[in-house]
Order: sequence, then structure tokens, then C-alpha cells
Amino acid sequence: MRNALLAISLLIVFASLLYVAINPGDFGAATGEHLVFGEPKYSDMDDYFIHNGQNQTGANNIVTSIVFDYRGFDTLGEASVLFTAVLGTGVALRLLRRDRK
Amino acid sequence: MLFNLPFITVVIVIGLGLYAMLYKRNLIKIVIGLSLVESGVNLFLVSLGYRNGGIAPIYTSAPSTHMVLPTPQALTLTSIVIGVATTAMLLSFCVVIYRNYGTLDARKVRRLRE
Amino acid sequence: MMSKIVRTQASFLYTLILIFGFYIVAHGHLTPGGGFQGGAVIATGIALIVVAYKFENIKGWVKKSMLTTAESIGLLAFIITGISGIGVSFFYNWLANSGLLFGRVVHYGINPGYINTAGTLPIMNLAVGIEVLGGLGVIIMYFLHYAKEVK
Repeated sequence: MRNALLAISLLIVFASLLYVAINPGDFGAATGEHLVFGEPKYSDMDDYFIHNGQNQTGANNIVTSIVFDYRGFDTLGEASVLFTAVLGTGVALRLLRRDRK
Repeated sequence: MLFNLPFITVVIVIGLGLYAMLYKRNLIKIVIGLSLVESGVNLFLVSLGYRNGGIAPIYTSAPSTHMVLPTPQALTLTSIVIGVATTAMLLSFCVVIYRNYGTLDARKVRRLRE
Repeated sequence: MMSKIVRTQASFLYTLILIFGFYIVAHGHLTPGGGFQGGAVIATGIALIVVAYKFENIKGWVKKSMLTTAESIGLLAFIITGISGIGVSFFYNWLANSGLLFGRVVHYGINPGYINTAGTLPIMNLAVGIEVLGGLGVIIMYFLHYAKEVK
């Protein structure tokens, strides 16, 4: 019973996702907001980064200038998450030695 | 249908990850399923920012200036690193669970320990 | 410990992987790559050396305390570099286009790529590279060090 329910729900999720992936234009087609692969609708911010990133940060690699300059706070949080994960791993594995004694 | 092949690949990868997370009992396999879902989401983010005929947003000896969107790539970079961190965390929990219970079967890890 | 062929190849490839990783870190503002990717590449080299030799045999070669120190220093250097632009705002790129270190003026357009550009970005790349190298390396070290406690 439980397995059948799981299978049905998984199948429904998979089928609906696959339907949207094959016909991405069905949702929002009336207002012109639908998703088309290869033609992003709103790219004002990215065009600004592409055209002004070199003058403002001096980096040829626009992705690096976004990661470290325009969105530096994101990267700070990311580095903190990595640091915290290493700390947590160390603490969790240190518990092994304490339990053994 | 073939022109949006990346979206179909995303759905297949996420579906495989959900299947592994729902049906597998081994904790390591559940972590592998979680990593698959993460990979699918990362691929979806990157393929959202693709422009037809665009090149990578790097100006060093670039053949043209028609570039794909850089912001989804930057956010995906963040997402990948956080995914690595969470995977390491989950695997360390798996090690601790195996040490305390002697098994990795998710059905058997339910008794309280002493 | 693996066979002698694997060990020799590993100790040879270790230096190459290290050089490649630091190349990726140093050219993060010009070519694909950056701090995270380069740090991950260097951590791969550490994983290779740990797999080829046993964990007990590399105590004097790659130390865990060294890696944790590298991680802390990297995060601290990143935060200090961010704070150094506090005169205008946090994470302000005050070195770019200033003519000082990493301050060569860059105009919009395709260029062959000059290493002396991008202001504080190379410094942050280096800091994050050191941090990721220490973080991923110390995760590998933790797992292998405490693996014998499990059995």
C-alpha cells in the first residue's frame, strides 16, 4: 500500500515535470511570459554586468567580478558555510573517539 | 523537442534523485540521491541563463561579445560549494550513525540508544 | 599503501596538480576558474597523495593542523580584504583602475588579458583558494583519520 502510494506520487511528479520540460511554452503563453530555452526574457541586470563589469572592476571574467564584487556578501556567507561545515564534520567525527573510551 | 534537451535532462536527473531518496534504505544511497537533486537544480539554473549562440562571459581573447547571462553561473558556483559542504556534513553523520548502530539501514535506525 | 608504480606517479603528479591549481587561482580574474575551483583542484591533489600512500605515512608531509590554519587564514584574509574598502562600502573594490597594485586601467572590449588588473579580486581569489584548499583537505583528513574508530 505504502509502496504503491509512493510510486504513484513519484510518477505524478515526474510526469508533470517532464510535461513542463518538453512543452515549456504552455505556462504564461498568453502574457508572453513563458519559458523558452536559449532566449531569457529579462536580462537587464546581466547586460549591465556584461557591459560595465570591465570598466568598474577591471576583471575580464564577469563571473568572478559578480561572485567577488557585486555579490560579495553571498560569497562571504558561502565561505562561512564551508567553514561551519568543516567545523561540524570535525565535531561529529570527534564524537566517535569519545564514545569509544 | 530536441532544442530543450537540457530541461529534459534536468527532469530525468531530479527524478532519479527523488527515486533514490524515496526507495533506497541505505543512508549513503539517500545522500547520493540528494546530490543528484542538487546537480539537477544546478543544471537547471545554468541552462536558464543560456542565450542562443552565446559564449562564456569572459573577455580574454573572446571570439565575440554575445555572451550568456553571468548571474546564474555565479549563483550556481555558490550552490555547488554549499552542496559540497552539506554532503560532507551528511556523510559524517552517516559515519556516526554507523558507529552507534552498526548498520546504515534507515529502517533499523530507530531504536533509542541505551 | 599502493604499489610502487602508483606511489611514484602520485608523488610526481602531486606537484603538477598543485601548480595547476595555483595557476587557476592566480588567473581567476582572466580565465575560467577562480578561488573555489582552484582550491578544489589542490584538494584533489591532497586526496591523491593520501590514497596512494597510507594516511599514517604522510604525517610529516601534509599535516592536518597546517590545513586548518590555512582555512582560518583564508577566511580571515577574505574578510579583511572586504573590510579594507569600508571607506566607501563593504566589499568596495578600491584598488581597481587606481594604477596601484592590480590597478591597471581596463576598458570595455576584448583584450588578451593582463594579470595586473581587477583590484581586490585576485587577493580575494587567493584568500578563498587557500580557504577552500584547507577546508576540503581537512574534510578528507578527518574522514581518513577517524575511519579506524568506526570498526
